[in-house]
Amino acid sequence: MITSRSFLRGCLTLIAALSLVSCNKDDGSSGGAFSGDAASRVYVAPGQKDEFYSFVSGGFSGQLAVYGIPSGRLFRVIPVFSVDPEKGWGFTEETKPMLNTSHGFVPWDDSHHPDMSQTGGVADGKWVFINGNNTPRIARIDLTDFRTKEILEIPNSAGNHSSPFSTENSEYVVSGTRFSVPIPQEDISITQYSEKFRGALTFVKVDKTSGQMDIDFQLLVPGFDYDLARAGKGPSHDWMFMSCYNTEQANTMKEINASQNDKDFIIAINWKKCAELAAQGKGTIMNVDYAHNVYNDATHSATSTIKKQIRILTTADIKGALYYMPTPKSPHGCDVDPSGELIVGGGKLATVIPVMSFSKMLKAIESGKFDKEIDGIPVLNYKDCLAGEVVRPGLGPLHTEFDGKGYAYTSMFVSSEIVKWSLKDFKVVDRVPTYYSIGHLNIPGGNSTKPWGKYVIAYNKITKDRYLPTGPELTQSAQLYDISGEKMKLLLDFPTIGEPHYAVACPADLIMKNSRKMYQLKENKHPHATLKEADTKVVRSGNDVHVYMTSIRSHFSPDNIEGVRVGDKVYWHVTNLEQDWDVPHGFAVIGANNSELLIMPGETCTLLWEPKRAGVFPFYCTDFCSALHQEMQGYVRVSNGGSGQVTWNKK
Amino acid sequence: MKPLHRILMALGAVALLGLFFFPMWSITLEAPQYPKGSELGIDIHINNVEGSRPNDLDNINNLNHYIGMKRIEPDSIPELKYMPVIVLVLVGLGLLVAAFGKRWMILVWLGLLTGAGALGMYDFWLWEYDYGHNLDPHAIIKIEGMSYQPPLLGTEQLLNFTASSYPAVGFAFIALGGLLAVIAWWLSRDRTTTH
Repeated sequence: MITSRSFLRGCLTLIAALSLVSCNKDDGSSGGAFSGDAASRVYVAPGQKDEFYSFVSGGFSGQLAVYGIPSGRLFRVIPVFSVDPEKGWGFTEETKPMLNTSHGFVPWDDSHHPDMSQTGGVADGKWVFINGNNTPRIARIDLTDFRTKEILEIPNSAGNHSSPFSTENSEYVVSGTRFSVPIPQEDISITQYSEKFRGALTFVKVDKTSGQMDIDFQLLVPGFDYDLARAGKGPSHDWMFMSCYNTEQANTMKEINASQNDKDFIIAINWKKCAELAAQGKGTIMNVDYAHNVYNDATHSATSTIKKQIRILTTADIKGALYYMPTPKSPHGCDVDPSGELIVGGGKLATVIPVMSFSKMLKAIESGKFDKEIDGIPVLNYKDCLAGEVVRPGLGPLHTEFDGKGYAYTSMFVSSEIVKWSLKDFKVVDRVPTYYSIGHLNIPGGNSTKPWGKYVIAYNKITKDRYLPTGPELTQSAQLYDISGEKMKLLLDFPTIGEPHYAVACPADLIMKNSRKMYQLKENKHPHATLKEADTKVVRSGNDVHVYMTSIRSHFSPDNIEGVRVGDKVYWHVTNLEQDWDVPHGFAVIGANNSELLIMPGETCTLLWEPKRAGVFPFYCTDFCSALHQEMQGYVRVSNGGSGQVTWNKK
Repeated sequence: MKPLHRILMALGAVALLGLFFFPMWSITLEAPQYPKGSELGIDIHINNVEGSRPNDLDNINNLNHYIGMKRIEPDSIPELKYMPVIVLVLVGLGLLVAAFGKRWMILVWLGLLTGAGALGMYDFWLWEYDYGHNLDPHAIIKIEGMSYQPPLLGTEQLLNFTASSYPAVGFAFIALGGLLAVIAWWLSRDRTTTH
């Protein structure tokens, strides 16, 4: 009998051995002979554009990074859950509310899984949703201006890992908790896990036109760890599949104690049925606190609302809508093939890749033959639902995507490779090493009904010797493989920010054509906007001083301000009057305890400055805007006491 | 003049109405900061001067403050009020020519059209000269002997900008009007005397 510990130890030894082997044998294929061809495949000539956009999670950076594929060039890091003083994100008066939660202001999170909005099962280029794992949240990023427009906190969830996977027409994005907890929270012994802890699976409705999110209902299910999910498509449209581990319900040393069961589960949720029942008023309303933060495009400002109630559905409320499908051991991935018929599990400790059949699952449900019930949820028979198993696929299968040409690609963490296998006979047809220990992988559209199956990108967990070393903390990395032929070919390693977990990619045209060039000044409804230089002013109200300032090449107006006193709160409301493409202006003032401002054409941003000593202090533009950018500066005089009568220069 | 000739003449007159819908002249400004596809442009209509794309005029005016050029304000250009009247008068006269059906009148009309066109070009050059030469003495960028008059027709380098000045769609309607009148005049010549 192999214990989990000795199994893991064996795996680790294997990793070492495999990496040695791969170092020796792959120097040829990953460098030398193939490199000329590979270089031309990823070379995007100066001035040319990449074929795909790729949105890569920043992991513990909390952000979302935008890369071009095939070049692997980084274009932008979109601040989402973590503050970013460069862009003023979370520091400006306008964006502070975006990071508000029921716990107060949370300046950081751990973002894992981006998912793009879909229409008819195909990525539509409108929004990217991404989860905040630590303080459970879902964010929505608008792909016309690549900005975070909405962040919704998920109450009762204790770790938003199984999220935000979208349904076929983005009717819903889902949130499954990674940690089960007492619901509602209570001060009880941790050892009461199995009787008191529950898992919250939340369905968040997405408005078709605005994209706005709203919690429709939450399912309270047995206290397991819910891990990853995929919505069905085509025939399985109404269903959401979500993997879960720790079906042992361990509350300590989960490494061992949650690795005892030979099979855990994929929970199949008929979300359509749940939604209908919720609409009929089934279940109960629970009092909770959760923040809903929305950024308004017209006012360039966010508001945070603490919402108070959600609808809870227990397993008793939705009989016939939830089923557990057993799946070998400690599953991570739970991926639905383009036809919507096959559901692929990725058991981290499993020796096979199980491929479940949706139609067989329906038959098994119809037959009413269940292994057992857990909290009223029928457990189906593994064999009854099984389409087949990929045998000896490698070690540590995690996550699978599809090329739309009849093949699946599964990442193997422990044996550090991508395995390509056939959806017809479940036979492995190719394998290629990754450097090292791949987590998720991504094929553009590889989670959809119409994959653009040209590349697969590996998102690796460690890089060891692949790059120039940078001390103990090395770069993170992705790897691009060509999958247009029979054999996968490594084309490129490229560094990534944070830790790249999952990513989504789509053809560039889908997004490029809608990309905003600027904000329209005439549509600027910011309450402190100054739309022309003649209207600039400085207004005192008590100890608050509001500076209504404009910036345009190459000056601020006003640029001499007097009458500010030590102890005042100075609000710099800076409007960028430019209506020209790619002419942002910055604003920085000495001693600011928060950040700079980076103001896009037509936008208004506000920085709070609390001067601590008397004197004359400069402020300046931080974004090299023009030949006379260096001259774009001004002075503010700060006095100890005095009348506080503010004056400024008019142009 | 036979009915066909009158119709051609009338069409020639009416063709000028195209000037109310399309710019007659365009100036484009390309620079490293405004590459092809993102270049700035001014379209000159008989009744307006506007940016080729929204904001172009404001951006050109804003950039011109570096060299001390006056702002281009359509409201302060009186020609934009006269020109529509002149065009309407030419259309009216052209229709009268067609109604009276006298060949010599076509020549007079063509003369008026050419005269108006030539005057327009001269006036355009005067404006360009004024904008290019009467610069603010406190301008940020001052280069000895440098003026910024865009070409009347053609392409010229002005500092980092390549300025191109060419007729636009509306101008084709003037040409079409003239051409139809010429054809009407030519076809209506007395062919019985030639043998």
